[in-house]
Amino acid sequence: MKLIFEKSVKGRKGISLPRLDIPKKEGLIPKEFVREGINLPELSEIDIVRHFIDLSRRNFGVDNGFYPLGSCTMKYNPKINEDIARLEGFAMLHPYNPFNQGALQLMFELGEDLKEITGMEAITLSPAAGAHGELAGLMLIKKYFEGKRRIILTPDSSHGTNPASSSMCGFETVTIKSNTKGQVDLEDLERNLNDNVAAIMLTIPNTLGIFEENILEISRMVHNNGSLLYMDGANMNALLGKVKPGEMGVDIMHLNLHKTFGTPHGGGGPGAGPVAVKAFLEPYLPNPKIERKGGLYLLTKHEKSIGRVRAFYGNFNVMVKAYSYIRSIGADGLRKVAENAVLNANYMKEKLKRHYKLKYDYLCKHEFVLSDEGIPNEVSTNDIAKRLLDYGFHPPTIYFPLIVHGAIMIEPNETEGKEMLDMFIETMIKIKDEAGSDPEIVKTAPHTTPVRRVDAVKAARELDLNWNNKF
Amino acid sequence: MNFIINTDEQIEGMLKSIGIPSVNDLFKDIPEKILIKCNLKIDDSLSELELKNKLKGLSDKNKSGFVSFLGAGSYNHYIPSVVNHIVSRSEFYTAYTPYQPEISQGMLQSIYEYESLIAELTGMDVANASLYDGASALSEACIMSSDITKRKKIVMLQSIHPEYREAVKTYCNAHDLEIEEIKREEIRGKVDDKTAALLVQSPNFFGCVEDFKKIERSVHDIGALLVVAVVEPTSLGILKSPGSLGADIVVGEGQSFGNQMNFGGPYLGIMATKDKYKRYLPGRIVGATCDSLGDRAFVLTLQAREQHIRREKASSNICSNEALCALAALVHLAMLGKQGIKELAELNIQKAHYLADKLKEAGFELVFDEPFYNEFVIKVDDSKINEKLLKHNILGGLELENYYSELKNCLLFCVTEVTKKTEMDKLVEIIKNETDI
Amino acid sequence: MQELKYSKDHEWVKVEGDNAIVGITDFAQKQLTDIVFIELPEIGKRATASTPMAVVESVKSVSDVFAPVSGEIIDVNSKLQDNPEIINKDPYNTGWIAKIRMENKNELDDLMDSESYKKLTKSESH
Repeated sequence: MKLIFEKSVKGRKGISLPRLDIPKKEGLIPKEFVREGINLPELSEIDIVRHFIDLSRRNFGVDNGFYPLGSCTMKYNPKINEDIARLEGFAMLHPYNPFNQGALQLMFELGEDLKEITGMEAITLSPAAGAHGELAGLMLIKKYFEGKRRIILTPDSSHGTNPASSSMCGFETVTIKSNTKGQVDLEDLERNLNDNVAAIMLTIPNTLGIFEENILEISRMVHNNGSLLYMDGANMNALLGKVKPGEMGVDIMHLNLHKTFGTPHGGGGPGAGPVAVKAFLEPYLPNPKIERKGGLYLLTKHEKSIGRVRAFYGNFNVMVKAYSYIRSIGADGLRKVAENAVLNANYMKEKLKRHYKLKYDYLCKHEFVLSDEGIPNEVSTNDIAKRLLDYGFHPPTIYFPLIVHGAIMIEPNETEGKEMLDMFIETMIKIKDEAGSDPEIVKTAPHTTPVRRVDAVKAARELDLNWNNKF
Repeated sequence: MNFIINTDEQIEGMLKSIGIPSVNDLFKDIPEKILIKCNLKIDDSLSELELKNKLKGLSDKNKSGFVSFLGAGSYNHYIPSVVNHIVSRSEFYTAYTPYQPEISQGMLQSIYEYESLIAELTGMDVANASLYDGASALSEACIMSSDITKRKKIVMLQSIHPEYREAVKTYCNAHDLEIEEIKREEIRGKVDDKTAALLVQSPNFFGCVEDFKKIERSVHDIGALLVVAVVEPTSLGILKSPGSLGADIVVGEGQSFGNQMNFGGPYLGIMATKDKYKRYLPGRIVGATCDSLGDRAFVLTLQAREQHIRREKASSNICSNEALCALAALVHLAMLGKQGIKELAELNIQKAHYLADKLKEAGFELVFDEPFYNEFVIKVDDSKINEKLLKHNILGGLELENYYSELKNCLLFCVTEVTKKTEMDKLVEIIKNETDI
Repeated sequence: MQELKYSKDHEWVKVEGDNAIVGITDFAQKQLTDIVFIELPEIGKRATASTPMAVVESVKSVSDVFAPVSGEIIDVNSKLQDNPEIINKDPYNTGWIAKIRMENKNELDDLMDSESYKKLTKSESH
């Protein structure tokens, strides 16, 4: 398919702009600042529409099919939320427009909802993504300890953002081993706790989809050490209405509105990553603070704030969708989300473990991790993922967490029906059979997608990052 | 509303088939004493109709229909209808990050096109797939500059957007970088051999075009990098690219292209740099390659720099971009094209200068007598003039005293292509009348 | 291969008089898979034993290459800039990474011989 630059025809223009309704003045910008030419493509509106419609048909979203990406919670994105976010009163509102009470009320109420859901006591909605929230959280931890404690503990199953965020704040990460049940090894934790440890970062349930059964003990140990308990809330879908992180001993956590609260992933963004804390950490939260005083909603500041992590207030239109989502499903609905997400995952796990190696064969929560161990003819997890594309499925998350060989992380989520789960299970079994009887078809998959297996090695060795300037 | 589709019967059947007596048994691994036994204190569910009414009620409590002269990092441009239709395609917006390139060529190719256009606009060699917003992009540029030069000090001009400067301070503090805010005149003295980068915004917060060609030499001679932030990128339709004027890293805010003001977010962080620094760029990058049959294909590349592989060594922790916002910007830029972007910039600059001239004629001072794009600062007798303008459904310029104590009674006006001559004439008239009183 | 010495971080060392030629082992290149880029050390800079002196990137991972001995970097294999895949194809000969003028030959005693290294690789592949 051609690039937009390859479709350019000199003289074409898509946009129609109003005529200048005032007399034109010359020389407003000195010549040395004036641009000579700009090399943008020239296309008419129909060219552009066809181009992007064509591109959209070479893409796959939740609306196209099953998307069991572990730790991403690819649940259905309600269409009404898209309409609501586009209401003029929301979309056309300038951030410095003083007539913003509706917007501030929405943000305030969303904050209150999220506090109730998580059992935390204060919240900021400003981070733009989970990783952004995590970064803000670590900045907060650093400020809280006044730079004195320099170590963050993370389990060997942790998401890559955890150590990356830590080192952006000057922390050193120390890895804690997992035990045979795939959970934090308490002895290893004990060995690594000392007065240089600022916090432990845990994903709960963890990236194996397993709940930390010893969480209360972990919390006790960590707090006795004068350290904090940070929770990566990416997997919150398993906990909604069943347990509150605040009651597990979590001091600070982030949420992913684009995962748990049904806002669309957008092909990689925008999302939103609120950070919720216990009251003693509230003064350090990033600005601004949203308060309600005497019936008015105000933007104020946190007393010892780490500062701002962005301009303005956060990804407001994402918050609108999350707020709508919570309102639409209600308290009962939230609990049912977790219950069905967990049921769907356990159902699939029990059926698939007879065919794929399940390293940690325990009750899981909303996701579980299979391995490619024992798959014949050296067919790899990557091959299996590519073959799933031929059957119309988005593959699960692969090669993560690192502690499972050839990890295949499956998260069905609660918005999928039993028949879809059964189809996927059947397909996974079929592919395993193909690995035995016809491995080549799996190793050279995909065969039916818009492009065939993409050469990522060539992409990294022969960098071509810009149409105008190839390297 | 309910998005769980399995019926009670199906749920029963599933439980039975895996030998679990009840749903509660699926949560046996949670310590009993913290297991929630009752419903959360959240309102009951609503039907779609009730939901729509409730949210409309909230939206109506805002007033977005004013004639507005606000800019300051969030711009009211006309977004062509096509943009919304394209970003509403659910193949785009319900997709995840394109980690499986074979079924994500739509998003990947869009990002490659976006990167190429941004590189062209900014005069750089490589752009990334976007960051969260202009302020965080500027902050990431500080860390990137420090990694490149191995120096630990950042110097920035006070004429950068106040909220951007706050974000930069936050990031620098966390990363143990020294940060100093200076006036233009102090550049020669303050940029020294400990400085990793000098940060400049152009057009700056006051709308003025910064002559960074002048300072480029003093920055480079000392081995520091020049980071230029473009917060109003429509200005690039008329202004020389920062790359052609000596910038090493260009960051910016892409909201003006394709994205509504949305009360501050989501926005679009732009970042681009020279070829020699491309391995230091944070965030995602899409590159061109081929598939197993030799056909052109696109894929996320240079990922080893990213958090999911490098972990502690990552140049940043960012693992998402603002993909859909970048797509919107791409569509808008495609609609503008070579001619349209120039026209758009002309409309903005001409209209802004018209208003500035009319206000000057009425006796008000143009505070910064320098070349400007679509924003400028006017000194009024009393900034309470904004209250009076509101009565006429006009949102006046931003009061700057809250951000710069020396700029009392100074208002930052922004004019874009959506502002009509009649609206500007009315504004001038009202200000004149209210001031004479 | 017998005369090579090995570090626990999967680097090999070939001693040539006062100099040590350094690369990464076949085990390491297999673990990394297709190498796409290498950040070579700077000639003239001093390497310290057991600290990173280069970085090797593959599509899937990135790894530090540790200096097995201390000394001045007197040469680097610049062919690897454009063709990092040489390391995958021929890790012990044309895939060499750097040449270090050893400060202290005793540091070689801290390295493993090929038997011990074989044992290490066996234990690391589960």
